[in-house]
Amino acid sequence: MEVLGHFNYWIVVVLMMIGFYALIARGNLIKKIVGLNIFQASVFLLFISFGKVTGGSAPIIAEGIQIYSNPLPHVLILTAIVVGVATTALGLALVVRINERYGTIEESEITQMDGES
Amino acid sequence: MLILTLVIPLVGAVIISMLDRTPNMREAATLLTAGLLFALNIALAVDVFDGARPTFEIAGFIPGAPIMLGAEPLGVIFGLIASGLWIVTSIYSIGYMRGKNEANQTRFFTFFAIALACTMGVAYGGNLISLFIFYEALSLSTYPLVTHHNNEAARQGGRTYLGVLLGTSIGFFLFGVLWVWHEAGTVAFVPGGVLADGSDWALVAPMLALFIFGIGKAGVMPFHRWLPAAMVAPTPVSALLHAVAVVKAGVFSVLKVTYYTFGIDLLSATGSNEFFLWVAAATIIIASIIALRQDNLKRRLAYSTVSQLSYIVLAAMLANSAGIVGGALHIASHAFGKITLFFCAGAIYVAANKTTVSQLKGIGRTMPWTMTFFAIGAISIIGLPPTAGFVSKWYILQGVIDAGQPAMAGVLIVSTLLSAAYLMPIVYTAFFQAPEASGAPTHGEAPVTILIALGISAALTFAMFVFSESALEAAVRITGGI
Amino acid sequence: MISQFPALQVAIPLIGAPLCIILRRGALPWLVALLVSWVALAMAATLLSQVGDGEVISYALGGWLAPLGIEYRIDVLNAFMLLLVAGTSSIVLPFAYKSVAKEIPEEKHYLFYSGFLLMLTGLLGMAITGDAFNVFVFIEISSLSSYAMIAMGRDRRALSAAFTYLVMGTVGATFFLIGVGLIYAVTGTLNMADLADRLPPIYESRTVLAAFAFISIGILLKLALFPLHLWLPNAYTYAPSVVTAFLAATATKVALYLLLRFGYTVFGADFVFNIVPSSEMLLALALVGVVVASTVAIFQNDVKRLLAYSSVAQVGYIVLGISYANVTGLTASIVHIFNHAATKGALFLAMGCIAYAAGACRLESFAGLGKRMPMTMAAFVIGGLSLIGVPLTAGFVSKWYLVLGALEKGWWPVAVVILATSLLAAVYVWRVVEVAYFRDPPAEGPVLSDPPLALLAPTWILTGACVYFGIETSLSVGFAEGAALFLMGGS
Repeated sequence: MEVLGHFNYWIVVVLMMIGFYALIARGNLIKKIVGLNIFQASVFLLFISFGKVTGGSAPIIAEGIQIYSNPLPHVLILTAIVVGVATTALGLALVVRINERYGTIEESEITQMDGES
Repeated sequence: MLILTLVIPLVGAVIISMLDRTPNMREAATLLTAGLLFALNIALAVDVFDGARPTFEIAGFIPGAPIMLGAEPLGVIFGLIASGLWIVTSIYSIGYMRGKNEANQTRFFTFFAIALACTMGVAYGGNLISLFIFYEALSLSTYPLVTHHNNEAARQGGRTYLGVLLGTSIGFFLFGVLWVWHEAGTVAFVPGGVLADGSDWALVAPMLALFIFGIGKAGVMPFHRWLPAAMVAPTPVSALLHAVAVVKAGVFSVLKVTYYTFGIDLLSATGSNEFFLWVAAATIIIASIIALRQDNLKRRLAYSTVSQLSYIVLAAMLANSAGIVGGALHIASHAFGKITLFFCAGAIYVAANKTTVSQLKGIGRTMPWTMTFFAIGAISIIGLPPTAGFVSKWYILQGVIDAGQPAMAGVLIVSTLLSAAYLMPIVYTAFFQAPEASGAPTHGEAPVTILIALGISAALTFAMFVFSESALEAAVRITGGI
Repeated sequence: MISQFPALQVAIPLIGAPLCIILRRGALPWLVALLVSWVALAMAATLLSQVGDGEVISYALGGWLAPLGIEYRIDVLNAFMLLLVAGTSSIVLPFAYKSVAKEIPEEKHYLFYSGFLLMLTGLLGMAITGDAFNVFVFIEISSLSSYAMIAMGRDRRALSAAFTYLVMGTVGATFFLIGVGLIYAVTGTLNMADLADRLPPIYESRTVLAAFAFISIGILLKLALFPLHLWLPNAYTYAPSVVTAFLAATATKVALYLLLRFGYTVFGADFVFNIVPSSEMLLALALVGVVVASTVAIFQNDVKRLLAYSSVAQVGYIVLGISYANVTGLTASIVHIFNHAATKGALFLAMGCIAYAAGACRLESFAGLGKRMPMTMAAFVIGGLSLIGVPLTAGFVSKWYLVLGALEKGWWPVAVVILATSLLAAVYVWRVVEVAYFRDPPAEGPVLSDPPLALLAPTWILTGACVYFGIETSLSVGFAEGAALFLMGGS
């Protein structure tokens, strides 16, 4: 059936919404970064999952294998993962500095302190 | 040679700005620049009245709409008046600014020169976009002059000034220019107009509205508020604004757009001028009535100017040759008359520190020359012989008759009476009423330089009457000798 | 050598960045950044001269041919953008020497210049590449470095501004990635030219529509179209002056270029305007954005924030021109990309001068600056006049074409809104002018004067550009019109 056959897309959508929700609804900056990561991970899964060719094996040349899965999405996602790592690192670094300067990592408190100054 | 009309005042401005330490040299530079400019305008006039139409392209700007200069009779008349009166105003300013010991005189004279350069640009703007560009530049370059005193009142006045002028020019005038470009594919000035064929007649009236209301410097109500607000400026600036540069640039633009963009035939054929005749008439009457109620002398003169400007707008909206000619003549006559009146107002302020009409009781005894010149200027504004005002009113009346608009003749008569009502009492108060405090007068006549300037401008009002033939000959070339 | 320029255009700034870190002493990082920038400018100018007459340069990175390999494809539109980015960088860097010395602690200077070069790399790469995924990579390179650069501002609010920008920017870039993934899934290629061939048969499919939506949202967030502009005011206000000036002049412009590239070259005008009602949607968002942003700008007390909201409004004008879907509108947009870069660059550099002298950018700090810092304020006034769209400034030329384009479509109300919002711009510019020229400077406080030539010269170069391109428009309008015809004709 269509729904079960596309289970990978369902997982992607669910993860994406979880990540997006955490990003928007959570006030703690670390939780936002976590949400961002989940959001990005869901997109990675999207790419990789549609790289799979039915009946294909891992895209490593080996004897006797005729059909391979598409290696290009894997390559793209490796790049995207690196980007995601860099983003997470930068985000965490910013959180550390925010904590130093503000004394808190709750968005509501930060906004309040910004409004006062 | 045309480009020199811009170059001379701009170079002059640079030189003036550098002569801060030596006020006498600085004043000499102003007078020299003004003199050169006037001479240049005379040379241009000779060429143009012979039939030449020189042009000069300054920059390519937008493809099909270059920034260019182009001389034709109407522009030459305006240029002559502007540059000629600059000399007179400069003489006056020297007396006034020194008499009042004003601050920032170098800035004043520098921006004066820049404003005159922009005025030349308006006079000799070779196409609609160039006219617009110099018109805007004029608004901006006169702002430092209007806000010269740098105090709260100046700031507020400056806000109204720029707010109305930029608001109308960007909101309406520019829209009109772009609409013309869109409709006609060109912004050139062509006698007979560029919209002549192929335009939807129903759209002509709204398009005209954009120009009449967008050219805020012409002071058509309800966009006249900038004029009284600009009275915070020192009087030489008011004289400049109300006789030479800004207001005349406004009505000049109206005349130019009427004749060269729309064409008088198109306007009379479509009847789109009817509405604006009434707008102009309303402005004339209402402004005169407001003037009656003003005690502050400069404000009374400001509203008088609003009224007189709409004479020219009315003349333009008659959409016939006599109207155009009458309008051009009125640019000259009102310039001469009003500058005289403003010079007097400034003289009274410098010599006696008085600003309102009620304070002028008996001042004719202590300032006989000043008030005599005032009387001459007043007669010219009212429009009686033997002054310039009579000449131009005569031709506007001619245009009214040609256009078959008897109501407008009534408007002219009523406004003549009203202007007598707001001007003659000042003369009466000055000469025939006893001064408030008795005893020795506390002030004398105005400084000599001011009196010289006054004498020249008053003489011009007579001259235009005496030489009305030549004036007419010049003006007729706008519509006739093309 | 010249044939390698496309690759070098990106590679040299990229290598310059670690070089700054290695050579961390004294003025060396600045010097490296300056030289790299000028070399990049020379290369961009060369590339522009080669594509001026409608040619397209195609460069296969690493020798791997398109459509499988990554291709750098240069036509007149992106050559123009390369010149814009490299040019802005070259003018801003001389300014940076003193400005950075004042605003950023000395031990971080080498990091600053390194980050600057990474921003430059990212923006140049975004402009030059012809591969959709490569665009994502460069978007992230430029974004990540900008987040770090913004966080270097003195005020601690720079940190929260950078964090907000990081979160929003990453979401936007990820949306973009989703869109690219979707079109890859249905066409099997990432090369833009190849996509242009393979997409038309499947225009009606839901996947392509979804992909277009994701890609557009991602790009619109980067270019700060209302209502996706929320990151911009804080980011511009609290970043170091040099960073604000550079970003204001380049980042949103490159994003606009991407919008044009994906709209006209990849998806095609037929899809974008006929199948998807982009014209109406962009028109609505742009108009609202212009009106709201201009109005909000009037009430700001921090002048950098005022200019930031002004930028949101100006971006709205550019998107407005795109929404017309006619040559005049597109010309208006492309020429305004250039004119606004010059205008805002000049204004933010002037702000940098004021920050250098007065230390603060609040409206109160402007009191009396007209007398104390005449050259700086004169530059500000001219930039302000260009924002309003006064003739003889670059802004007027853009407004001219923008209103003309609206008239061509018969959209009179749009023309009225454009002119009315110009008057709103006059209000907020004049607020600053009045404080600077009419108020007396405070009795106490530092003695202010015009900043040194190193700061004034770049400011006046850009201010001069504002005036020059307001009078002689053959270059700017010529290129814009050529690019517009190329884009609309090609698709």
